[in-house]
Amino acid sequence: MSRVRLSGWGRTAASVASLITPTNEDEVAAALSGEVIARGLGRSYGDAAQLAGGVVLDNSGLVGVSPITSEGLVTVGAGVSLDDLLALSIPQGWFIPVTPGTRQVSVGGMIGADVHGKNHHRDGSIAAHVRALRIVTPVGTFETSPTREAELFWATMGAMGLTGVVTSVTFQMMRIETDQVFVDTDRFDDLDAVMSEMASGDDAYHYSVAWVDCMTRGRHMGRAILTRGEHAPVSQIDEPHLRSPRAARLKVPLDAPSGLLNPLSIKAFNELWFRSAPRHERHEAQSLSTFFHPLDGVRDWNRLYGRRGFVQYQFCVPDERAETIVEAISRLSASRVPSFLAVLKRFGPATPAPLSFPQPGWTLALDLPVGPDKLPGVLDELDALVLAAGGRVYLAKDARLAPATFAAMYPQLDDFLSVKARVDPEGHLTSDLARRLHLGFPHG
Amino acid sequence: MDNAFGQPQNVVVLGGSSDIARAIVRKLCAARTNTVVLAGRNQELLDAAAAEARDYGAATAETVLFDAEDPGNAARVVAESLAKVGGPVDLVIVAVGLLGTQSEMEDDPVAAARMITVNVTWPVAALTELRARLVAQGRGRILVISSVAAVRVRRTQYLYGGAKAGLDRLCQGIADSLEGSGASLQILRPGFVRSKMTTGQREIPFTTGVNEVAENTLRGLATGERIIWSPPILRYVFFVLRHLPTKAWRLLADR
Ligand SMILES: Cc1cc2nc3c(=O)[nH]c(=O)nc-3n(C[C@H](O)[C@H](O)[C@H](O)COP(=O)(O)OP(=O)(O)OC[C@H]3O[C@@H](n4cnc5c(N)ncnc54)[C@H](O)[C@@H]3O)c2cc1C
Ligand SMILES: NC(=O)c1ccc[n+]([C@@H]2O[C@H](COP(=O)([O-])OP(=O)(O)OC[C@H]3O[C@@H](n4cnc5c(N)ncnc54)[C@H](OP(=O)(O)O)[C@@H]3O)[C@@H](O)[C@H]2O)c1
Repeated sequence: MSRVRLSGWGRTAASVASLITPTNEDEVAAALSGEVIARGLGRSYGDAAQLAGGVVLDNSGLVGVSPITSEGLVTVGAGVSLDDLLALSIPQGWFIPVTPGTRQVSVGGMIGADVHGKNHHRDGSIAAHVRALRIVTPVGTFETSPTREAELFWATMGAMGLTGVVTSVTFQMMRIETDQVFVDTDRFDDLDAVMSEMASGDDAYHYSVAWVDCMTRGRHMGRAILTRGEHAPVSQIDEPHLRSPRAARLKVPLDAPSGLLNPLSIKAFNELWFRSAPRHERHEAQSLSTFFHPLDGVRDWNRLYGRRGFVQYQFCVPDERAETIVEAISRLSASRVPSFLAVLKRFGPATPAPLSFPQPGWTLALDLPVGPDKLPGVLDELDALVLAAGGRVYLAKDARLAPATFAAMYPQLDDFLSVKARVDPEGHLTSDLARRLHLGFPHG
Repeated sequence: MDNAFGQPQNVVVLGGSSDIARAIVRKLCAARTNTVVLAGRNQELLDAAAAEARDYGAATAETVLFDAEDPGNAARVVAESLAKVGGPVDLVIVAVGLLGTQSEMEDDPVAAARMITVNVTWPVAALTELRARLVAQGRGRILVISSVAAVRVRRTQYLYGGAKAGLDRLCQGIADSLEGSGASLQILRPGFVRSKMTTGQREIPFTTGVNEVAENTLRGLATGERIIWSPPILRYVFFVLRHLPTKAWRLLADR
C-alpha cells in the first residue's frame, strides 16, 4: 500500500490516499472492509475517483479479454483500457458501440460514468450495450444483467463507483467494415442556425457533434462547426483497412506555466479553429481515431491549464428548454470567463439507471480554466438555470456542485440510495465527490 | 469537501468570536460553507457569531468553549471541534490572538508570558494536533492569522509582534512539513484592521476593515498561496520596511 496524491483530469482539489492494485475478486472483496473507491485511468475531471485518507482501488490489475463471439459479445476486465480493447477488436471488425472523446478510459470507468458518445441521439449511453456486469460489493459478489439483479445493474450505471467495484463487463460490440468514417462538416455563424440544423438533421446521421465558440460576443455569438459522420462501408473505400488506433505522439512538458491558456490565447485558438474549418465539406474520409479521439494525439494536454487546473461544466436540458443552451452561452460570453470551444450534442432516450446523466434533449460541455474570481459564481448561476429547466450536471465532469443542487437535479436519487443501502449498508464505498455531494449518506 | 475552486463546505474557527474570522465566515457561508464550528472563550460572543453564520446560510453552527491561557486543553478543543464537523474537515482557521497594551505588560513577567501563551503556545499546541489529524485525513487546510507585525517587530509592540513572529515562523515550518500530505497551511498577514482588538487605537497607513481582509483571504484560499497579505500591497511595503536600517525603522515605527 502506498500513499499517493490523486486528482482528476482537471487537476483540482487533490487528496492523498492509500493505493492498492488488486488482481482478482478475492483481493477486491478484502479491500471493501473499510472506506474505499475504485479508480480507472483518472479521466473524470473532478473528485470522483479519489478518497482523502481512505483506500483507492486502482482497477488496472483487473485485466483479461475474452474472445469476441460471432455475435459480437465480449467480456472484458474492468481495468482494461478502451484503447487496448479497440486495438484488439478493430482488426476483427468490431467497434465499441459508444465511445467517449478519449480512448484513455478504463472499462470500469465507462460503467462508473455511464459514458455517452457522439451517437447518443441514436444509440443511448454505454449502459444500453452492456449485457452483463460482475460487481463486488461489501455484502458479496453479484453477476448482474438487465434481467438478473436488474436493480443493482442499473443502480451501478453512472453511480461513480458507489455501489461496488465492477470487475468485468460483457459488451455487445458493433460491426464495422472499415476503419474509416465519412464526415460531413458545416460551419454556422450563430447558435440558432446550428441548433435548428441539429434538431432537424441529426437523425439522418449515426454520429453528430458541434463545437461552439463561447468567446465571441454580439452577432456571431455561438458560431459553430458541426461534424457528422457514418462508418464507411467497405464498398465505398478504395483500399479498405481495419487498423488499430495509433498511440499518442506529442507530450506536453511538465506543468506549463499557469495561464498559458488565458483569455487571449483561448480566443486566438477558437478563432483559428473556426477559420480552419471548411464552410461545407461532404463525405471526407477520416480515421476512427481522428474522428472520435482527436485529443488523444497530445498526451497530458490537461497540463496546458497550469498549476490551478480547470473544470469542465457539462449539463443537459430537455428539448422544450433548448433556450437554456443559448442563455448559458450568452452569460458566459458576457462575463468574459475564458472558455475553450464548447461541445454541443443532442441526447436520445435515457436508460432506467437512476444516476445516469443523459436525458433526452441537448447537452453542452465547456472547459474553463480555474482562476477568474467570478467563475465560481457564474457556474452557480448556471446551476440554477439548468435546474429550473429540469436539467442536470454530469458527475463525471463535476468538481464544484453543491449537495442540495445535485439532489434536486437527480430526482431518482432515492432509488439509487435504496439499492446502495442493501449492498453497502455501512457506506464503505465513498469518494471525495460523494462526501462533497453528500451522495450515499441517506440523511445528507 | 473543498471543491475545485477551494471553497470549503465546512469550517472550524479557533477564536470563533474574532471580528476578522467572522467576516471570513460570512463570505464562506455565502459561497459553499454549510457547517461551522466556532471555538472560543466567551459563550455569548460565540452564540452571536453562530447565529450570524446561520443567517448567512450555514445549516449547522456549533460552539466549543476553551481558554487559550491553558495550552493543556488544545488537543481536546481540536478533537471536540472536529468531531462536531461530523466528517473530514475542510478548513480550520486559527484566529486566537491577544494584542494587549504593551506599556502595562513590559515590566510584568506574568503578563509578558501570557502574551506568548495565548499568541504562540496555545496555537502551536492546537496546530500540532491538527497537523496529525489532517495528515491522516489526506486533505484539509489550515489558515493561521499572523500579522504584518511579525515581519518586523516594533519597540512599542514587541510582545505582540515578537509572539506573532514566533507563530509565523513555526507555521512556515509546519506548512513545509505538510508538502505532499494532501493537507496544507496558509498564513494570513493583515495590516492594521478595524476590529474590537484595535478599537481606540490610532489608525496607520493601509488600515482596512474586516470585509476587505475577508475578501483578500477568500482570494488567497482560492489560489492556495503560502502567505496571504491584506491589503496585498503590504507584501511590497514590508519588503522595503524589513530592509530598513534599524534607526530608520525605529524612527518610522515608534512615531
Ligand atoms: C478528453 C476527454 C474526453 C471525454 N469525453 C467524454 C465523452 O464524450 N462522453 C462521456 O461520457 N465522458 C467523456 N469523458 C469522461 C470519461 O469518459 C469518464 O470520466 C470516464 O469515467 C473515465 O474513465 P476512467 O477509467 O478514467 O475512470 P476514472 O476517472 O478513474 O473513474 C471514474 C468513475 O468510475 C468509477 N470506477 C472506475 N473503475 C470502476 C470499477 N471497476 N467499478 C466501479 N466503478 C469504477 C470511479 O470510482 C469514478 O467514480 C471524457 C474525458 C476526457 C478526459
Ligand atoms: N485587528 C488587527 O489590526 C489585526 C491585524 C493583524 C492581525 N490580527 C490578528 O487577527 C486575529 C483576529 O483578530 P481580530 O482583529 O478579529 O480581533 P478579535 O476580535 O479580538 O479576535 C481575537 C480572538 O482571539 C480570542 N482570544 C483572545 N484571548 C483568548 C483566550 N485567552 N482564550 C480564548 N480566546 C481568546 C478572542 O476572543 P474574545 O472575542 O472572547 O475576546 C477573539 O476571538 C488575531 O490573531 C489578531 O492577532 C489582527
